[in-house]
Formats: sequence, structure tokens, C-alpha cells
Amino acid sequence: MKYQNELKKAFSSSIPVMMGYGVLGFAFGLLLVSFEYDWYLAPLMSIFIYAGALQFVAIGFFNAKVGLVDIAIASWFINIRQSFYGLSLLKRFKQTSPFKNYLIFGLTDETYALLTTIKDDKELSKKHYYVFLTALNQSYWFIGSTLGALIGSQLSFNTKGLEFSLTALFVVLCIEQYKNLQNIFPFLIGIFSSITAIVLVPSDKMLIASIGIALVLLFTFKQKVQNELS
Amino acid sequence: MTIVNYLTRVFPFVFFRKKEPPKYIVFIETYFPPVIMTILILYTLKDIDFNSRPYGLKEIGSVFFTAFLHIWLKNYLVSIFAGTIFYMVLVQYFI
Repeated sequence: MKYQNELKKAFSSSIPVMMGYGVLGFAFGLLLVSFEYDWYLAPLMSIFIYAGALQFVAIGFFNAKVGLVDIAIASWFINIRQSFYGLSLLKRFKQTSPFKNYLIFGLTDETYALLTTIKDDKELSKKHYYVFLTALNQSYWFIGSTLGALIGSQLSFNTKGLEFSLTALFVVLCIEQYKNLQNIFPFLIGIFSSITAIVLVPSDKMLIASIGIALVLLFTFKQKVQNELS
Repeated sequence: MTIVNYLTRVFPFVFFRKKEPPKYIVFIETYFPPVIMTILILYTLKDIDFNSRPYGLKEIGSVFFTAFLHIWLKNYLVSIFAGTIFYMVLVQYFI
């Protein structure tokens, strides 16, 4: 094969992601079928959506029959950090056609982390290396979630409480955010806007309302939020 | 969802090819992720009934258990799995 070296190198850098995506994907598949969706939704979503936290939230959205516009806005805000990953990769992605669109689509947290930490090797074709890495990462997620959904639909064990995996995922991500930021203010804003939204608006509008309130608060207290850092 | 997800990731490539992103965008980028993570935790817990037993104690206990594990062991797979199993045991065996 022509790009064997690129594939080999991509595989070895992707091994940590294999563990993470395999296991989390599996949990996603299990959770999906526990809500009585058909198993094939797992591979479909992993191909076309391919976003960890967002796919977990999507199960809840479909279940609650949330409106499309609400889904779109909430999706954007949940993934907003990824809007900015591209900024630091503008240069690296310059000569990557015809794969550029796929590379952008497949830019998850973990893929981004790998792409920004690896050093460019002059002997390797950069764009093939990038595309192998992105595709391998997606394949782990795909295989994990498909297996989870298939096994989950065969076994009939009591899955009551499995939905807590989503809460646990956010708790973990939240702690990681705090480690990076060392600033308590955004978390207080998050708690305050969620509780306000839970009290004031119907349950199915809670997410979108919280995002709105949080944005207003964040800009109102912009100075304060930023000063906290220094 | 596919479309929005892609648009999210393609966004900087379309708008900031040449110029630096404006300040308020950088501000949102830095401070919004922790806000949304906090909101999402509460979003997943919004249907707890605090008015009857056990007053949401299982959920709150499991959140603290997960957080404790994560601060202690710093392994996100362990935290998520042990936290979920902890909650499943609580809701299945201690009604």
C-alpha cells in the first residue's frame, strides 16, 4: 500500500483514543437501546453526527420530542468549543484537499488534541496521516457504539439508572474545565441559570432557556468574570 | 444535528481565514464551555422530584461520588463507569 507508513504512524498515535472511544461508544450504544431505539441508529449516528456528548444528549432530545430549532441551537452551544479548534489548525489544514472537509467534520476533542500535539514529520505525507488518524478515531467510536447497541439489544439486564452515565460524563468534563480555567464564576453562572430555568420554564424548554440566561449573565458580568483570572 | 455539528466545526475556517477573531468571540470561547457543562449536569437532573422521598439524594450522592473518583484517580473512564454503576445499584436495590 502506498501510504503504509502514514497509516502505521496514525494507528500508533491513535491507540489511547481507541480505549476511550471504544468504551464510551459502547456505553452510548447500550444507553440508546435501553431507550428502546433500534440498534442500527447507533452506527448511523456515529457516522453522521459523530460527537460524543452531543449524541448522548440527542437520545434525550428524541425522547422528549424537542423541536428542531431548539435542538440546533442547543447543539451549537454544546459543541461551541469545537468552533474554535479550527482556528489553531487553519495553517495545518491548508494543503489537505481533497480531505479537508472530512478533517473538519471529524475534528473531535480527542482528534484535535492529537493533531495539535504531534510533530510534523517531513517524510510523511501530512494529509494522508491526518486523514488516517481522523478516520481511525471515528472507526473506534463507530465500532464501540455498534457493539454496545447490538449487545444491549440481545441481553436483557436491568438498565434502570444507566442514563446517569450522561450526568457522570458531564461531571467529569466539568471538573476538567475547572482544572484548565481555575475560575469559579462561569460555573456559578451555569448553576444559577439552570435553576432559574428549571423553576420558571417548562421542562422541555429548560436547556435553551438556561443557555439564554447564561449568555446574558456572562456578558453582564464580563469584567468581573475576566478579572477573576488575574 | 449532523448539519449543525459540521457547521460548528467549519465555522472558523469560513469566517476567520485572514483576520483575527473579534474579542467577544474569544471571550465566549474561553468562558462558555464551563457554563454549558454545568448547565448540562443540571439538565440531566432536571426531572428529580425533590418533594418526595428520597428527595434526589441518590442523584446528588452519585454526582459527588463521580466527582470524588475523578479528582482522586483522574481517569475519566473509571469515574464515568463507577459513577454510573453506583447510581444503578442505588436505584435498583434501594428503592
